[in-house]
Amino acid sequence: MKQDSFGHPVEKYNLLAEHLLAKVLELGQKIAEKKGKKTKIMEVCGTHTVAFSRSGIAQLLSDVLDLRSGPGCPVCVTHQQDLDYMISLSRIKDVIIVTFGDLLRVPGSFTSLEKEKAKGANVHICYSPLEAIDLAAKNTQKEIVLLGIGFETTAPTIAAALSQALEKGLQNFSIYSTLKLVPPALEALLQEKKFDLDGLVLPGHVSTVLGSDAFDFIAQEYALPCVVTGFEPLDLLIGLYYLLTSLIEEKAELTNTYTHIVKEKGNQAAKEIINLYFEEGDTLWRGFASIPGSGLKLRTKYNDFEARYRFKKVEIPETGVFSGCSCGDIITGKLTPFDCVHFNNGCTPLTPVGPCMVSSEGACSAYYQYRQQI
Amino acid sequence: MNEQEKDVILLSHGDGGLLTHQLIQGTFFPGFKNEWLEEEGDSAVLNFCHERLAFSTDSFVVSPLFFPGGDIGKLAICGTVNDLVVSGARPLWLSAAFIIPEGMAIERLSDVVRSMSEIAGDLKLPIVTGDTKVVSSNDPENLFINTTGIGVIYPETNFNVKNVEPSDIVIITGSIGDHGAAILAARLGLELEESPQSDCAPLDFISTLLRPYFPYIKVMRDPTRGGLATTLKELAISGDVDFWLEENSINVKPKVKAVSDILGIDPYYLASEGRALLVVKNGKEEEIIKELKKHPLGKDASIIGYARAGKGNLFLRTKLGGTRPLQMLAGTPLPRIC
Amino acid sequence: MCLGIPMKVIEIEKNFRAYAETMGVKRPISIKLVPEAKPGDFVLVHAGFAMEKIDPVEARKRIELFEKMLNLEGLD
Repeated sequence: MKQDSFGHPVEKYNLLAEHLLAKVLELGQKIAEKKGKKTKIMEVCGTHTVAFSRSGIAQLLSDVLDLRSGPGCPVCVTHQQDLDYMISLSRIKDVIIVTFGDLLRVPGSFTSLEKEKAKGANVHICYSPLEAIDLAAKNTQKEIVLLGIGFETTAPTIAAALSQALEKGLQNFSIYSTLKLVPPALEALLQEKKFDLDGLVLPGHVSTVLGSDAFDFIAQEYALPCVVTGFEPLDLLIGLYYLLTSLIEEKAELTNTYTHIVKEKGNQAAKEIINLYFEEGDTLWRGFASIPGSGLKLRTKYNDFEARYRFKKVEIPETGVFSGCSCGDIITGKLTPFDCVHFNNGCTPLTPVGPCMVSSEGACSAYYQYRQQI
Repeated sequence: MNEQEKDVILLSHGDGGLLTHQLIQGTFFPGFKNEWLEEEGDSAVLNFCHERLAFSTDSFVVSPLFFPGGDIGKLAICGTVNDLVVSGARPLWLSAAFIIPEGMAIERLSDVVRSMSEIAGDLKLPIVTGDTKVVSSNDPENLFINTTGIGVIYPETNFNVKNVEPSDIVIITGSIGDHGAAILAARLGLELEESPQSDCAPLDFISTLLRPYFPYIKVMRDPTRGGLATTLKELAISGDVDFWLEENSINVKPKVKAVSDILGIDPYYLASEGRALLVVKNGKEEEIIKELKKHPLGKDASIIGYARAGKGNLFLRTKLGGTRPLQMLAGTPLPRIC
Repeated sequence: MCLGIPMKVIEIEKNFRAYAETMGVKRPISIKLVPEAKPGDFVLVHAGFAMEKIDPVEARKRIELFEKMLNLEGLD
């Protein structure tokens, strides 16, 4: 029998998942009968959006669950101004842009990194931010700019890259930080109260850094049940089981179902390295106004390593607006991609109107790839 | 800077997915379109002197030139041979053309040529004509090879996607995505130890084993660029049927899964270079699989899905019994953090 | 929002560089964020960094809890 890395038989997981699915469906039906409507749950993290779709769970539970995407796809929440700035940096002579693949095809107001690369820009797709350090050491005549997108999970890896650059005395390295923090965004979203969420599936990997305690406020201040869980089909189902059970028992509580990875207080070393180099600041999100304290900017003493300061005279196009793109409403759960007039009607992964369609974990892309036509 | 940006060729135009299709439909077909091209097969079928000839050409650009399980030379021979084989033809002659970067070590070029001659020798296929050009380049590894093949189509071959019926069965000769995973891992500098190996191999054994079953084979393809999903989606569209795949039946090797998981990409879009996808008449699938299993390269042949009446959709039945559509590849797979 | 995969730490070099393995594939990772990781430990890896140790006993307990609840114990 095939086993996973922990020596657990894979077949048993599948059997358990099947039974748990039936159980979750039963709970969902129970709530639907009682309330006369589907349970509206936000999966905050874009990787959860994809996992729900890919595994077929979203479709299998579509009669009882109304799943909404949240602000958890880093390129989707990146503001147009930042995109334009990052793309403009790639046009500077002797600059090598180091980026995660996620950003490559995201359209700025007029162009994308992929198109600039085709025209000669030097764009390196990395798996680990440490690749930027190797590049900086090997190309001392070039300026290496690491595009810092992502949330609390990615932030310490960007910080670790800066730490190495400092250790090695690399002066030709800088970061464009648009790193974002999840709890302030959720707080902003819940304060708007524009739609009636029943519960939240919280980002499992952000929680490894922050700790599950960071999300206690959702249950305590907003009286919403929520779960921290992982990304395998079984993780998703276990998360939903606890969430629906809380709803039935009318308990607004946070359940951590990912205790084998996520601690209450999170990862101290990761938090420390973030704090060493970054401080909280206001930042622009797509779909929100500026959210106070929701971004990570380099501490003043590291301003030399901030690409915004290093390359002040960058020509940045005036930010364009995508007419009618509902991305902002989709990543705040107000609409689903199916509600957008452009969805699959001119807006597809090849001709994206907004970033939610181009990022592979963007809600629109996930819906396009995995959910339409069934 | 606010000038209207002109569309330029992106790397994704060459990935065999949607952009490649757009380029072919929008740029090449208007100029070249004719009855042979319109078939959009892996080879053109040409009637000549009472014979049906298969004529196929392919250019090979791969970085790195040597990768776990193969190299550009082996790929260049197998790629064209396989296009002929899945067209139901016996390959007869090959051409080979080289566009060589200035600065390439001759010894390195010789290694590629040796690899080509070994595999062509095994297949008893002569390379009967060729060409050499040298271009200035910053990269001494920037070697391009084009191979063209001519084969004769077996009398019993009647492969056409239009023959696919709603009850037909989909078979694949082995695991998926091995080549794509090996290349991605090597190209992205993942520094893997014990990397997945490319499955790059000639598929001529299929004709040897399956000729008696050719009347029951509706169509055959090799799921190269764009992977299983893109290849089958193309067939669904041109055959105006739906295909359903069973996730449980599709063999993704652990190392391929590992690379897919690390990079956050879907193995259904990773290329195979030594697998064939067959759509066969319902009722004949077991015999066909039994035949395929006689060869080492077909030992993992299995049923992975079936055709249904429909309108060009490809669906995957997930392990949990859910359904998700699979689309054509939209943009080369890239490593993601999310 | 953040991809992470479980890997097993095989070997630790200097400067927090380590080798980790998943499904037969080995690659270097950084354990700077989980400096206490030791060979044999399972870690969650994101963008080439170990983010946290994975507790296999805890993971198993969770599965067993649900197997018990759904009366699936001992079914092999």
